[in-house]
Amino acid sequence: MRSQPLSIIDKLWESHVIVARDGGDCLLFIDRHLLHEGSFHAFEQVRKRGRAIARPDLSFAIADHYVPTRARAQPIANPEIARMVDLLARNTGAHGIAHIGLNDPRQGIVHVAIPEQGLTLPGLTIVCGDSHTSTHGAFGAYAFGIGASEVAHVLMTQAIWQKKPKCMRLRVEGATMPGTAAKDIALTFISRVGADGAQGHAIEYAGSAVRALSMEGRMTLCNLSIEAGARNGLVAPDQTTYDWLKGRPFAPKGESFERAVEAWDKLASDPGASFDREITLDGGEIVPTVTWGTSPEQALPVDATVPDPSTHADPARAAAISDAIAYMGLTPGGKLSSIAIDRVFIGSCTNGRIEDLRAAASVLAGRRAKVPGLVSPGSSSVKRQAEEEGLDRIFREAGLEFADSGCSMCVGINGDLVPPGERCASTTNRNFKGRQGPGARTHLMSPAMVAAAAVTGHLTDARELLEGRA
Amino acid sequence: MNPFTTLAARACPLPLANVDTDQLVPARFLKRSRATGYGGFLLHDLRFGADGQAKSVLPLDDPRYKGAQILVARRNFGGGSSREGAVYALADFGIRCIIAPSFGDIFSSNCVMNGLLPARVKESDAEALLAHLEQFAGAAINVDLEAQRIVCGNRVYDFSIDSFFKTKLLNGWDDVDVTLSFSEEMQAFQSRDAAERPWARPIRADRGD
Ligand code: SF4
Repeated sequence: MRSQPLSIIDKLWESHVIVARDGGDCLLFIDRHLLHEGSFHAFEQVRKRGRAIARPDLSFAIADHYVPTRARAQPIANPEIARMVDLLARNTGAHGIAHIGLNDPRQGIVHVAIPEQGLTLPGLTIVCGDSHTSTHGAFGAYAFGIGASEVAHVLMTQAIWQKKPKCMRLRVEGATMPGTAAKDIALTFISRVGADGAQGHAIEYAGSAVRALSMEGRMTLCNLSIEAGARNGLVAPDQTTYDWLKGRPFAPKGESFERAVEAWDKLASDPGASFDREITLDGGEIVPTVTWGTSPEQALPVDATVPDPSTHADPARAAAISDAIAYMGLTPGGKLSSIAIDRVFIGSCTNGRIEDLRAAASVLAGRRAKVPGLVSPGSSSVKRQAEEEGLDRIFREAGLEFADSGCSMCVGINGDLVPPGERCASTTNRNFKGRQGPGARTHLMSPAMVAAAAVTGHLTDARELLEGRA
Repeated sequence: MNPFTTLAARACPLPLANVDTDQLVPARFLKRSRATGYGGFLLHDLRFGADGQAKSVLPLDDPRYKGAQILVARRNFGGGSSREGAVYALADFGIRCIIAPSFGDIFSSNCVMNGLLPARVKESDAEALLAHLEQFAGAAINVDLEAQRIVCGNRVYDFSIDSFFKTKLLNGWDDVDVTLSFSEEMQAFQSRDAAERPWARPIRADRGD
């Protein structure tokens, strides 16, 4: 009998330990290994060693990072990009790994499309050579990003060596205000703890405001765990999770589903479980938030002003602020809401799901965007659903382009770039220098906030445009 | 993998915070095979303009720091994307050790996988090291992993590193070989687990089982 109350993190960890060595490093079993075009480095390593893939049945590959978002019916024009997409098909084909290619109706960004397939389940360990693998934690899975050598290791062994992280619990209590979204919770949290604030930790998101989130919102929240430095973040599964999963292609069916739910119900943290760090946010205090700098921690409420480095005593902090302001082309003390933008992007594994498109469309309906912009749904199935709901028409009538699904302008490697010096209001996750293209300036915010910026041409509190709507 | 025990080498200051992996190696270079070498892409867009001309704003390109194998930076070095290309770029440039107050978790793990040491120091110590290296450009630093100690000028600094990472670096362990030595435990786990968590197996709708 257990004497010690355990957290969900403890339970997930313990159920996957194959070997525990002195000093605390553990060999963990991996339930799902997700692959994308970037996995070629790992396949090269496997080939060099001449080893087989341990459990090809537990690996799933999907083309997302390099895929074009236009003219999908035609062959990919750029030969280097065509090679990347093709290489994934060949590498997975050679090893008998399931592959969802460019023109598969299930295609999409790995962290959007894989949950849609019911491959992400509570209680699983999930890894992928991508830092936003934390997204899958929304289902109560232990999901984290790994590097190429680790991908190779998982391919060859279906296991990974890890030291148990410290546990952090973020509680968001109370109701959030209308017009605020999971993105605002996440950006507020990251700005409070810092981009390295949760390093070495796994985060459990809890509290009534988290419980009230849809699966889409929980995925946005868990997705951004890595931007606070945590390798993973998760939410205990509940009825919202089960309702979302039921009937998905790869999820357990019928009686097996009921039995699985019984097991999943036991995953929640026991009352009295201990955490190394606890942080509480008041949901009612969270307001629409935007980033002004070049790190997700450089985020402020949209009615705030650009920080002034001269008011910071610590020279390293002041230097970081000056550097970000210079790159972003801003004036210290200027109002965030007067920052004019050049374009918008709606998409990515952070905010490319159907609810995100609905939130943006509710602001854009019947309005015109003052700047050009691109909407790339998070998956082909999100795209179909958006079309069924007529959201595509709203985007097009507003003057935005509605394209196919992929990572697109989140990282720009498929050619969807923000031109040098341009300022983009974006629903993505990273405002790093050059992230959306060399010299590109990114402001992160929620889908409704991006839509509002599109309508007014500058950063705007979306609530002003939602009055009388939604 | 070559073990990392001690290193006495020239160190280069990089007085920047939040040097994320997107900056360490911009995404557009990630299509390249490792065999082509990643050293030229290290911090590419900070070092080179759109025309490919060196901007020479970083000490990395200052001849006084040429041949540096140690980099000293500010907090949150290597945060962001999991791209191991960031470590390939550092390694292929000749860097073997990075000293900073904090590192991205995935980045640290990628470093260790490639035999690079991410040495965590106090923020004030990072500032002192940066100041020393700016004053005495081209100075060497001694790093002792076993003792977790850095000697620079006439000062000694402690650094921290995950004990698991330390053992791996000191021994030059190859994870795959170690893991495969536990194949019995692996088998036992899988048969036990199949019974305990039948729902964890993906249903292969596409293959009819
Ligand atoms: S959408 Fe962006 S963050 Fe998400 S997996 Fe793609 S590149 Fe990474």
